Order: sequence, then structure tokens, then C-alpha cells
Amino acid sequence: MSVLLFMEGDELSLQALTLARSLGEVKAVALDGAYAPAAWAAALVEAAEGADAIVAAGSDRGNELLAHVAARLDQPFAANVTAVDGDVVTRVRWGGSLVEEARLHGSPKILSVAPHTQPAAEAVPVEQLALPADADASVRVLETVSESGGGVLLRDAKVVVSGGRGVGSSEAFAIIEELAGLLGGAVGCSRVVTSAGWRPHADQVGQTGTKISADLYVACGISGATQHIAGAKGAKKILAINSDPEAPIFASADYAVVGDLHAIVPAISAELRRVRGQ
Amino acid sequence: MRVLVCVKRVPITGGRMVLTADAQALETKHLGFTISPHEECGVEEAVRLVEAEGGETVVLTLGLAEAEEQLRDCMAIGADRGILIKTDGAEWDAQATAAAIVDAVRDEDEPFDLILFGNESADSGNYQVGIRVAYALGLPVVTGLKKIELQGADVRCERDAGGARDVYVVPRPAVLTVLEGLNLPRYPSVPGRLRAKGKPLAVRDPVRPEPKLEKLRLVVPEGQGTQAEILGHGPEAAPKVVELMQSLGVA
Repeated sequence: MSVLLFMEGDELSLQALTLARSLGEVKAVALDGAYAPAAWAAALVEAAEGADAIVAAGSDRGNELLAHVAARLDQPFAANVTAVDGDVVTRVRWGGSLVEEARLHGSPKILSVAPHTQPAAEAVPVEQLALPADADASVRVLETVSESGGGVLLRDAKVVVSGGRGVGSSEAFAIIEELAGLLGGAVGCSRVVTSAGWRPHADQVGQTGTKISADLYVACGISGATQHIAGAKGAKKILAINSDPEAPIFASADYAVVGDLHAIVPAISAELRRVRGQ
Repeated sequence: MRVLVCVKRVPITGGRMVLTADAQALETKHLGFTISPHEECGVEEAVRLVEAEGGETVVLTLGLAEAEEQLRDCMAIGADRGILIKTDGAEWDAQATAAAIVDAVRDEDEPFDLILFGNESADSGNYQVGIRVAYALGLPVVTGLKKIELQGADVRCERDAGGARDVYVVPRPAVLTVLEGLNLPRYPSVPGRLRAKGKPLAVRDPVRPEPKLEKLRLVVPEGQGTQAEILGHGPEAAPKVVELMQSLGVA
């Protein structure tokens, strides 16, 4: 089986390579220049001539490009696949809270690989594709503007300290900010918090917010709805602080402290300062 | 300005996932329903655009007859009318869904200036219906948007790019898929809810094509329902928490 793999030069693409290799012989390709989804998809379709499968990482661009490819070829596309067995794919739903087994009819097989479900493969040579002469690049990135703010990006932070409804107010996030600052991490929050206007949406961890990949996620006063966990599960370890010992978050956490976050979070900050001799 | 917003009825799942006995769907007996969060922002954006420019917001869904509830919710915050593409309960895959939406759009008397989708649905997460509709209608499509601005005959769009924003400008009509964070959706008012009851709703009843991505069964992934190691109770647990942070190399 021959597999065309779209590579973005990042960890997720190397994870996708692992699954692509399990399907057959891989031809890895990339594109450069201004991102133009329809034109890039045209290049992928051209390069996929004769291929049995077209694969990419389940990233923003990977899913978008494969949807374009599938629309061009009028073929089905399975997004965020974790395993392939003949025609049957296993894919994630609900941001990973549920798994689906489905039969992927059609040829070539078009699928993206769910992030963080495969080990990364060793890098391979990547062929740079040119855009086809007749490709329509009218929809493309015209410029990239920087966002105000700065600080540690939630997506990349090694530690995320996050607050939910239990924090109680915008002002009460000061203790969350303090702990995140001491750890050189980022502040996160749940959807309840952004809907209430306590924090900007850019801070939201969840299926419809940011999916984090921290070494430690500290969830303070967060009940643990499945949509929140979908954004937090990329963390290696989860510590939950919650006054309700029955909170669903404890079923997704590795470690728990039961009690009032308004007392516990400042105590952790104070202890950090004490051991550092500050 | 005529804007179509496509939405999907999904259950409010809460803390854990429970499946029906045949593993074909979530058990929703005790659950309420909503639309995907991205789509809530799509509806809000459409209503704001039409409030500013004049025109009409139409909201469309493909789903059970009960999905009328979600269309009425959208009308309560300002959508002018609804289109319900009624199904018998079996899931429609992305290709079939896109085709049914395209048929409904083509049957409209006038074309839409913008067709909005959520970037992906909360439940099936296929990331493709809006793109397929755009191809079928021959329209430009931009996805994953956090900001939309009309600029003359064009629309300027911004999409997150890891701490920065990629900017696209495309002519209208266009298909746009949006993300939560685009705006802060309003809550429906009581008069809005009352008005919504009388707004027009067209019902379509197409036949479901054979699925090309055929759902066989759903599975709740392993790991749900494990129990955390309790480090302690109250602020006295702080030293153990700091020890943990040190052992993980983050303190």
C-alpha cells in the first residue's frame, strides 16, 4: 500500500508518520510559502496520484487540508484516527472523550491522525511540492499579525494553573496568577469562567478552547466536565484541587487535594517561596 | 446581507459518557441539549452582522424533529427563520450532511452572502462539512476563525496561529467556519423567546444516502473513572504538593 503523508515539520507530523508507516510505504511531502488551503490541497491531490491512502496529522491545517482533498476527490475523510484495521478505523469523538469504530469506504483512504495517540517516528526525507500551475491560491494567508499580551503560551506551557467556577470571581484569579507566576507557567480556566467574562477565551482549556500539553496541570475549583478534560488530557499529570470529594475531576486527575482552593492555592505558593528561601 | 448559519443539536454531556445498550449513541435520557459552542458564536456573529447591515439571518440544522428546539433557541437570540432537514435518527455522515445542506441552499430564492459553520461539531468532530459545502457551491472557504470583519465587498478573517493571527481577505459570498472566542454570545431574552415561537420554520425530509464513513459502534475510552491519589486535605497538603512539583521537575 502506498501512503502520501503531509508533513508540517513538527511533533504531530512525526506521530502521524508512525501510523502512516503501519499502513504501507510512505512518501512524505511538504509545502512552503503562504498557506493557501485550496491550492495546497490541489498539490496534495496531484502528488497522491496512484496512492492508496492520504494521511496528515489531526492538526488545524492537517484536518483542513484533508477536508479539501476529500471534497476535491468526493471521497470520505476520517478525522482524528487512532488505529486502522483494514477498512475499519478507530477515531476520537467529543475531543477524545469517546471513541468510534467506523468503516471508511472509498479510495484512496483519507485520514488524519489524532494528536498524542502515537509515538513520534524518526524524521524521514521530505519532498517539497510545488503548487500546480492552475491552482487557485486566492484564499491564502495575506499577513500574520502578532497578538498583544505575550507571556507563556497556554498551548506550550510546562505548567498550567487553571481555575473554574469555584474561584468565584475575576479578582479571585489573583491567587491562580500568583502560583502560575511562581512556576513560570500559564493561567488557564474552564468554559464557565470565560462565559462569565472573568477571563478571556484565550485562557480557556477545553475541547473548544486550548488543548494543553503541560507536564503538570493544576485544576482549581473545576468540576471536570468531559469537554474540559478533552483539553486537559494532553497534560502528563493532573492535580485537582476541589472542595467536593465527589467532583468528576477527581476521576480524571492523577493527584487530588480536597478542600477550599482559596486556602490551598496561597498555601502552595507560600510553601514554594519557603523551600526556595524567598 | 443574507447569512445562513448551520448548527447541530448535541447533548450536554456533563462529567461522564454513558452509551446506549447498542453502543450506537450516547444515552441522552437524562441529558439536556444544546448546539456546539463554536456554532453559538456563529449564530451570534450572524445576528450582529444583520443588526448592523440589515438583511436576514437563517439558521439551518440536520437532525431529529426535536432539533426544532435548537432552531427556536437561535431564533430567540435573533435569527429570522429556520430550516430543519429532518432525519429519522440514524446518523448522517459528513458527505451526506453537506449534500443535504447544499440542496437546501440551492432551493433558496436568493443566494446567501455568508454561510457560517462551527469549525467542527462537538460530538462527531469531522472538520469537513463547511468545506464540502463550499466546494459544491463553488465558494471560497476560510476555517477556524476568531474574528470576522466586513470590508466593502470582501470579508477579512483572522485565525489563531500560535500566539499570532493569520489574516485572510476573501470576496463574498463565502463559507466561513468559526471557533468559540469569536464573540461572547448573548443569552435569549423572554420577549426573544416569545417572538421565536412565531418565526417561520421550513421542514425538509430527504432520504439518507448510504454512509461512506459508516459508524459501527462507539466505545468509552479506558481511563475514564480512575481515582486520583489523595495528597491531603486543606492547606496542610501544601508541602506534599510542592514535593510532587519538585519530583515532576516543574518547581
